[in-house]
Amino acid sequence: MSEKKNWPLWEIFIRSKNGLNHKHVGSLHAADAEMAIENARDVYTRRMEGISIWVVESEHITASSPNQSESLFDPANDKVYRHPTFYNLPDEVKHM
Amino acid sequence: MKAPADYAHLEDQFQARIDAEEKIEPKDWMPDKYRKTLIRQISQHAHSEIVGMLPEGNWVTRAPSLRRKVALLAKVQDEAGHGLYLYGAAETLGAERDDLLDELHTGNAKYSSIFNYPTLSWADIGAIGWLVDGAAIMNQVPLCRCSYGPYARAMVRVCKEESFHQRQGYEIMLTLARGTEAQKKMAQDALNRWWWPSLMMFGPNDAESKHTAQSMAWKIKRFTNDELRQRFVDITAPQAEFIGLTIPDEHLKYNEETGHYDFGPINWDEFWQVVSGEGPCNRQRLKARRRAHEEGQWVRDAALAHAEKRRQRQAAKKDQKVA
Ligand SMILES: [Fe+2]
Ligand SMILES: [Fe+2]
Repeated sequence: MSEKKNWPLWEIFIRSKNGLNHKHVGSLHAADAEMAIENARDVYTRRMEGISIWVVESEHITASSPNQSESLFDPANDKVYRHPTFYNLPDEVKHM
Repeated sequence: MKAPADYAHLEDQFQARIDAEEKIEPKDWMPDKYRKTLIRQISQHAHSEIVGMLPEGNWVTRAPSLRRKVALLAKVQDEAGHGLYLYGAAETLGAERDDLLDELHTGNAKYSSIFNYPTLSWADIGAIGWLVDGAAIMNQVPLCRCSYGPYARAMVRVCKEESFHQRQGYEIMLTLARGTEAQKKMAQDALNRWWWPSLMMFGPNDAESKHTAQSMAWKIKRFTNDELRQRFVDITAPQAEFIGLTIPDEHLKYNEETGHYDFGPINWDEFWQVVSGEGPCNRQRLKARRRAHEEGQWVRDAALAHAEKRRQRQAAKKDQKVA
């Protein structure tokens, strides 16, 4: 790794239109948040792909680790009773 | 460091995920060689996008009309964007942007050899869009299904943008080919010079290509160099015919039996010469890249200093409020 101080990395989230969530689109380097938004505009919305931008410095994101995925997500695996299809109802019953 | 037996087991599990068409994401376990192969390929791809701006930038100020000029500007700007998506994807694998750029600027990293040819006339801009972007699309579409998630996602964005590049190039060629005798000659001359280097863009023949088998097994690559090259020739030959230009290959002929175009041998000596740094513009391209980077250093430093000053000011304001 080089000694030079570099622009930090930012993660970019874009709302493509009102009514939809902001969605992660990628990352870029910028000196500060304002510049990250300007760069994100140029890099990720050249064809009106967005109407709103969120930027977060990558180092501030805490992510779960793939090794944890069993302990985090498996408990939901055997809880079929959380889904509507678990409940048997006669076909004659409508609108349910 | 894992014990060899553990490592082999992890590798098997990894291959099983690939075989099941699962995508690999940045924090997932992956073999070191998979990571290295991807960093090499993605960064070379990024360098190609960035260096690729140079031959076209040569014509931005001399485009024949405002319509052509805004289109070319937009295309060149797209290529910068492609480079950035790709550097971003390489960084998810733990590569540092600065190191990648150093590799490019010191001549250690490769980029597509096509960009070491000069753009001598306006028709070259047409030929580049039509042939070079056309060949790039052929390579990039299968990469949208690459096993590494961030690379695949970057490719989806890139491919969406590429089709305008190719269409604007073909439109330039079409216009010239239907123009005056001199314009038609200029278009033909550009095709003559760009045709063979475009075929070389797909890389060495399969028998010569040392990375292909492993890359296919890892589903980084979906088709071999020769398969993609054949597809490109099949699609492009009728496009040339349509605008009345002649592809400079006396062996080019549609083969009724195979349903493909046969074409002549590629001059691989020329290819390796350009790859090894002896193409017509290798030095010029690297020099331009290095100069742009060095002359931008004060801007990068100033932006950091400015950001730091603002941070300190804001912190001071907060302290005042607390006091
Ligand atoms: Fe591109
Ligand atoms: Fe392009």
